[in-house]
Amino acid sequence: MPAISTAPAPAAAGPPALRRLPVPASAAVCAVLLLGSLVCGVGLGSAGVSWGETLHFLTAGLTGGTIRSDEVAAYTIVWEIRLPRAVLAAVVGAGLASVGVAVQAMVRNALADPFVLGVSSGAAVGANAVLLLGAFAALGVWALSVSAFVSALAAMVLVYLAARTAYGLTPLRLVLSGTALSYGFSALTTLMVFRAERGEAARSAMMWLLGSLGGATWGSVPLAAVTVLAGTVYLGTRAGQLNALAMGDETAAALGVRAGRLRTELFVVTAAVTAAVVAVSGAIGFVGLMVPHVVRMLVGADHRRVLVLAPLAGAVLLVWADIVSRLLLAPAEIPVGVVTAVLGVPCFLLLMRRGGYAFGGGR
Amino acid sequence: MRVDVEGVTVELAGSRIVEDITVRADAGQVVGVVGPNGSGKSTLLRCVYRALRPTAGTVRLDGDDLHAMDARAAARRLAALPQESAAEFDFTAAEVVAMGRLPHHRGGPFAGRPSGDAALCADALDRVGAGHLAGRGFRSLSGGEKQRVLIARALAQQPRVLVLDEPTNHLDISHQLDVLSLVRDSGLTVLAALHDLNLAASHCDLLYVLDGGRVAAAGPPHDVLRPRLLAEVFGVRAHRVTHPVTGAVQLLFDRIDPTELPDQEPACP
Repeated sequence: MPAISTAPAPAAAGPPALRRLPVPASAAVCAVLLLGSLVCGVGLGSAGVSWGETLHFLTAGLTGGTIRSDEVAAYTIVWEIRLPRAVLAAVVGAGLASVGVAVQAMVRNALADPFVLGVSSGAAVGANAVLLLGAFAALGVWALSVSAFVSALAAMVLVYLAARTAYGLTPLRLVLSGTALSYGFSALTTLMVFRAERGEAARSAMMWLLGSLGGATWGSVPLAAVTVLAGTVYLGTRAGQLNALAMGDETAAALGVRAGRLRTELFVVTAAVTAAVVAVSGAIGFVGLMVPHVVRMLVGADHRRVLVLAPLAGAVLLVWADIVSRLLLAPAEIPVGVVTAVLGVPCFLLLMRRGGYAFGGGR
Repeated sequence: MRVDVEGVTVELAGSRIVEDITVRADAGQVVGVVGPNGSGKSTLLRCVYRALRPTAGTVRLDGDDLHAMDARAAARRLAALPQESAAEFDFTAAEVVAMGRLPHHRGGPFAGRPSGDAALCADALDRVGAGHLAGRGFRSLSGGEKQRVLIARALAQQPRVLVLDEPTNHLDISHQLDVLSLVRDSGLTVLAALHDLNLAASHCDLLYVLDGGRVAAAGPPHDVLRPRLLAEVFGVRAHRVTHPVTGAVQLLFDRIDPTELPDQEPACP
């Protein structure tokens, strides 16, 4: 191609080029970290099970090996309690981080997180109806997650109906509808907690609102894992289009991306993943807001890179947050949402102060 | 590639923004759309780069109905610089340019860039004299640098037609001239909305003057930019002079006294 006229602009002494970590290497490091974290998640706990036993039980469980009868109690702790919990933490962390990335691009707002669309507050209404009012008792152990999932989807439909326009979903209307309806749902939840007579029920409602993985069993893993995996792969196929969407709807149109339709697709996928995640863990804050930013600081804003790394980083963060929530005041547990905030905020502020990253409001 | 806008009408929320507009740009021509604020320039262009579907009328590229095409196929033929350039996230200039390759990719999971794309994008940046900006954050660039990078994105799209909505907004005069000569020398068919009538006169082969959503006049700048028309459409008194170097028609303005009726053709050199 011939060079087109005009002298090159003088090399101004502006800010230096942004540094970016290579994605394959960072992804590999994150994957190894995740495996290590999962093993730690299984090995660490208030009931003393040695590392040797932990590895022995994990190997036995994975390969169908045998264990002695006097090891059954410890094996149960490792295989039936800690492992599903660690796996679920990884799944939930990955889901929240991926959805956080997508929602921020979808509503073009650096402050957005998976909960800005009102889905989690909707789920809280359903969950608390079960915890405090004893609704859906017929569903037994499934009552909580089923009710949370169904009410999350109902909230999603309400937000969609409130936000949609003739031109599809627009960022501002989505945020406004989600925020407004969130307040409504929270009011319902608060009313239920306020009216509850049983103190223990109110305590578990609070635990749920702040997020907890205490209810994890193998039964709660499959639906969440499949939804998160499918959602993450879908978002991966839309990575290039998310870049265009982040530049604005007009630019997206000029690049062959139909912004209104894409945003509707994204809304459905992110709401479904959020609903599946919230149904098994409650509303764990911070992960969906901060992990996307931390990952962007490391590898840049290109969604083809961010969406590879964010789920891995989110998974590692939440596995460790859950370990801390179990051990800090053992045998009592603190809500994992408190831990994510305590772990995340300082690390986030540190990265922010280091510079070289603009959050969305200029430098 | 020829662009034909045929009888395009746009109604938004019940009000008619543009009405029965017909514009033609032949292959390689630079066609300017001028008019006062609210005359429908942006709305017309949004129909051409497919951000908006016209209520009536068609837009054709070499005879093919643009709005009947697949979105990506259309974007491979026609690129645009809309007015917005607000990136919410801190993309580098190179990443912004790489977005121009989007319509050329089938979106597989985490689709990488086919070999050759990187070289093509680097070349596009070099063509606009912005190769040294590749690693810089787009948001940290000056207005003129941003506009160069966006033109590079459009070039990386390898289109045949380029649509620009007021590409010289907020730029100082030297960057205004830079941007328009970059666009002129690209060899693409260009359709540009411009505010500055003198820039339009010196850089466009044809001008369409919009007024209240309709075409008030069309033709070469020399024929179109007549004081009487400018008084009617823009409400200013215009004096024509000839640019001593380029020979293009240029205009000098002053206010029309509100008590004065614009029924007389003002003096014309």
